[in-house]
Amino acid sequence: MAKLPKPEELFDSIDWTPPETDWMDTPVEFQPGRWCYPAKKKVVEDLGFPNPREWSPADEDWKIPSNWREIVLEGMKERLEKYRSFKLFMDICVRCGACADKCHYFLGSGDPKNMPVLRAELMRSIYKGEFTLPGKIFGRLAGARKLTEEVIKEWFYYYYQCSECRRCSVFCPYGIDTCEVTMMGRELLHLLGININWILEPVRNCVYIGNHLGLQPHTVKENIEYLCWDIEEVTGLKIQPSFNRKGAEILFVAPSGDYFADPGIYTFMGYLVLFEYLGLDYTLSTYASEGGNFGLFTSHEMMQKINAKIYHEAERLGVKFIIGGECGHMWRVKHQYMDTVNGPAPSNLEVPKSPITGTVFEHAKSTKMIHICEFTADLIAHGKLELDPSRNDKYVVTFHDSCNPSRGMGFFEEPRFILKHVCNNFYDMPENTIREKTFCCGSGSGLNTDEFMDMRMRGGLPRANAVEYVHKKHGVNMLACICAIDRAALSTLMQYWVPEVGVCGVHELVANALVFPDEKTGKKKRTLDLRQQPLKPEDEENV
Amino acid sequence: MPTVEFKGKTFEVDEDGFLLGGLDAWCQEWVEYVKQLEGIEELTEEHWKVIKVLQDYYKKNGVAPMVRVLSKVTGFPLKKIYELFPSGPGKGACKMAGLPKPTGCV
Repeated sequence: MAKLPKPEELFDSIDWTPPETDWMDTPVEFQPGRWCYPAKKKVVEDLGFPNPREWSPADEDWKIPSNWREIVLEGMKERLEKYRSFKLFMDICVRCGACADKCHYFLGSGDPKNMPVLRAELMRSIYKGEFTLPGKIFGRLAGARKLTEEVIKEWFYYYYQCSECRRCSVFCPYGIDTCEVTMMGRELLHLLGININWILEPVRNCVYIGNHLGLQPHTVKENIEYLCWDIEEVTGLKIQPSFNRKGAEILFVAPSGDYFADPGIYTFMGYLVLFEYLGLDYTLSTYASEGGNFGLFTSHEMMQKINAKIYHEAERLGVKFIIGGECGHMWRVKHQYMDTVNGPAPSNLEVPKSPITGTVFEHAKSTKMIHICEFTADLIAHGKLELDPSRNDKYVVTFHDSCNPSRGMGFFEEPRFILKHVCNNFYDMPENTIREKTFCCGSGSGLNTDEFMDMRMRGGLPRANAVEYVHKKHGVNMLACICAIDRAALSTLMQYWVPEVGVCGVHELVANALVFPDEKTGKKKRTLDLRQQPLKPEDEENV
Repeated sequence: MPTVEFKGKTFEVDEDGFLLGGLDAWCQEWVEYVKQLEGIEELTEEHWKVIKVLQDYYKKNGVAPMVRVLSKVTGFPLKKIYELFPSGPGKGACKMAGLPKPTGCV
């Protein structure tokens, strides 16, 4: 694994001067820390994907099939016919440059091929050269080039240096969505057996075992029971969530990172504490045990396959509706694809209606699934939660909009509304770095792997820079987010760029602030937060 | 995949040096190899306790435990685990125990 430079060294190395040569004449050079390991042979075999083999991007020979050219061109043709958006995005760019400096990977690397316009051009030039008449006749004069093995390597490098965050598309006057170009690039590479392990192994685990981390049913249950013991130590509550229970009103699905890794586990405890407070009739599933969907970063078909388990389980258990946890890309799948690719939703599902407030979530009429932040914000708006925001007083909080909930579904207000009720100190980051203009964590779309660390820290720099701004201005020391990749990736990012700032999920702070009846009457007193740290300075002595 | 040779044994490892053959390929020499790699001066009973807990857990569950579970079962707080294995529970202890690297949102 490449050694990561110190933050100052990395910062000083960023150079936006373009190379002397034209982009078509500038060969791709694989830099250490900026590409991911290939998928293991066994993983590729298990998934039935093409060309399982041992290989490395560092090798000269990538061992791709001899008819690779035909395979890619046929794959491109098929996708140009199937996806109107792909054909449109190949045809319409006017090279205005509005997107150029909007990509976090370009800002952090200075590599012009990370400008979204050029990233798309890596594909567009082939489209022109192989599929359009002007390109075939005028070649390079028309911006066209031929498909070579060098192009395939360039695709691999740059389509796995795009986190599919869609920030560029917000600024494009035509709405060109580079993410969809990257998705096509990755799909085409899969046809040749070119892929990365950090995405495909979780996909394999999800398909065979049930979740990205490969936690078997008894492990899922045991992990969650461990978290319940921790909750008991902090709150005195004995929580016994049910698993795979038929007849429950609600199926709750969270990303598996939330019941495995720090600091996601505190978010998971937060969900459980809230549900206990409400006496909610819910169940967890060891089959639909993954909210996330690395299939989305693989192919349309794989996204569909992984997502299908949630409706299957909702039908089998006969629940009325589904609540989903704090996961980022999960919500892009739910919001944009679920009810079309795997719908219509099973007939036992009803339009989600909060059993506590009676609110009917009309916007989820089709999917039958709501975000836990919508559910909680509604509870707060109806005054159903007794909250003591001073319990979070040691934190000065800001909020990172995760790319997919924000740009993928316009989800801006609910988490902020919650945070402002459960904390006394909340400050947003500058306007051009939040909401639909939010900056990626630098590790999205399955790139949160260690060997990619140089690029992760570069790509995360714009986000870290905005955090540093509110840290210096307002003393912000906690970055809240609603995504499991974020909770893992931002922790590393903060450690590197702004080590004074921690990372948490929104429901961790909700549970800290939630006052149970026994606590209100003074029968019980809570002195610890979910991390088993003193809630307030005066609690130190009681710990 | 790369291999490493140590005291007459050959081990197949992944890109980050985790043992590929799983617990079947795991042996005393592997432990000594990782000990040297990690810069651990002497292996104590506490190291072995962590290794044993990890391996038992892996046999039962097919994955490495949550850090929290490792702490609870061994009785060692995270800080202590870092003292024993300077690269931490994943890159240090799991590697020495012959477990694969975890993947996903971690």
